[in-house]
Amino acid sequence: MAAINLNLITGRSIQQGVAIESGKEKPSYRTACGIIELDPSDLKRLGAWKNTNVRVTSDYGNVIVKAIGTTQGPHPGIGFIPMGPWANSIVNPNTYSTGMPTFKGTPVKVEVAVNEPVMLGIELVQKQCGVKVG
Amino acid sequence: MTKTVTDVVCPFCGTLCDDLEVVVSDDGKQLTEVYNACVIGTEKFLHSQAKDRVTRPRLRQEDGSWKEISYDEAAEYTAQMLAKAKKPLMYGWSSTNCEAQSVGHEIAEMVGACVDNTAAVCHGPTLIAVQDIGIPSCTLGEIKNRADRILFWGCNPAHAHPRHMSRYSIYPRGFFTGKGQKSRKMIVVDPRVTDTAKLADVHLQVEQGRDYELLNAFRVALNNEWLPDVVAGIPAQKIREAADLCKSGRFGIIFFGMGVTQTLSKNHNIDEAIALTKHLNEFTKFSIMPMRGHYNVTGSGEVLGWQFGFPYSVDLSRGFARYNPGDTSTIDLLARGEVDAMFTIASDPGAHFPISCVKQIAKLPSVCIDPHQTPTTGVSKLHVPVAFAGVEVGGNAYRMDNVPIDMRKVVDPPAGMLTDEEFLIKVRDRVKQLKGAA
Repeated sequence: MAAINLNLITGRSIQQGVAIESGKEKPSYRTACGIIELDPSDLKRLGAWKNTNVRVTSDYGNVIVKAIGTTQGPHPGIGFIPMGPWANSIVNPNTYSTGMPTFKGTPVKVEVAVNEPVMLGIELVQKQCGVKVG
Repeated sequence: MTKTVTDVVCPFCGTLCDDLEVVVSDDGKQLTEVYNACVIGTEKFLHSQAKDRVTRPRLRQEDGSWKEISYDEAAEYTAQMLAKAKKPLMYGWSSTNCEAQSVGHEIAEMVGACVDNTAAVCHGPTLIAVQDIGIPSCTLGEIKNRADRILFWGCNPAHAHPRHMSRYSIYPRGFFTGKGQKSRKMIVVDPRVTDTAKLADVHLQVEQGRDYELLNAFRVALNNEWLPDVVAGIPAQKIREAADLCKSGRFGIIFFGMGVTQTLSKNHNIDEAIALTKHLNEFTKFSIMPMRGHYNVTGSGEVLGWQFGFPYSVDLSRGFARYNPGDTSTIDLLARGEVDAMFTIASDPGAHFPISCVKQIAKLPSVCIDPHQTPTTGVSKLHVPVAFAGVEVGGNAYRMDNVPIDMRKVVDPPAGMLTDEEFLIKVRDRVKQLKGAA
């Protein structure tokens, strides 16, 4: 299966803003932030249709998100995951003594993972933290 | 009959719009419509009316389920946790009012906590840079009335501060900017063609992470010195044109955001941006302003500033205030496993910290004070829901240009719910007893 290497950035989107205010426990949060925006040329390199689930892996972790076409492109070579638990599962946490993690500019590998589900926001964090949920 | 509350302040982003109109039911208990706000602000007001809202504190049980408890029990739990801890971390503060922040700092002083706000993952590097070389800034009113050169560097107000451009920076007709958008030139620097960039006169699609070089090249271009053919992915000619455009204005402003604070170089990017602003003042009048995210993160910096002398990352564990980002900052404290209790208020580190830090939070005794259910409440031992500040309780907040604005209460919170401040006062009084302070 094809895999491509990208430079990952995160940040706000207006959909992310609306979703965090309407309830992070809801599926709308996943729809807004459990995605990676890819340039059309990168989607082609990956050999995937839009709206395919993909696994994004960095040195710091991996996460399943849905690959969609970019809404603010072109930006070949750059992947964009809106800020949230999905992006934060894989960003570079090093602060290099400044207090600020390196949220933008994490090298990642993207590969198709059609059969893997994108988790809900709270569920994703709880699972990675090993929190017991009743 | 309904009534309309006017001049309502929006508690979402640092733009702190103060022209909203909110329609409430006659008894003041229900909020039905919101006018003038952006889609995010509207959602914030309307979500306060959600039927599935958590209205009482919940304590996580052994089996992972929640048990509802009273506010008094929750205050007792919180006070005990903080009093017992050797080095608790009290993080957040940015989505509540200054009054609540002040009470929180009293608690922090008594228990010897580390206090930090969301600048930790937002404009922290900006604050470091400002301390390094100062900041020539102004108010948003001045920008509306005077600014004719607007730079958005590494920020995307079309998404993150939706009404910023229409209220202050691009579209309004001010005293000296009577033609609105036509009297202004807009430059956007961003590695993506953002919705803000699409509106710009000039878009410099910088190579991601190379902002420092480009800022430096701007300064070289101002002096008409030699430049390589391409800097940070931008042809030299384009940089020179953009620099000339800045020089030719009467009043310019650089707004900058996470694009420069969260990439490598961090505070040094801002150092250079401020140096560029200073440099531009040799030719014309220029200012610079960070696009603050949470509506009252600026206020948290102000309150911490006047109480302890530092705007974030304050460590009170030795009985006096220390400040050393990289050492006393939240992310580093969690990464090193140095704190033994986590108190979160009015923010969501669970969603917005790197997962390795969230894992650390999940291991600690923890309390999360937040009106919403969030990934942070999902990993905390105690969730204390409170009234929405700015919707169900007023109070003071600071806009991104450090202008304080009093927020308005528009509806009552659900019966029996406390505000951040009321809950913190309960905790403070109990901590006082536990610590034996008079």
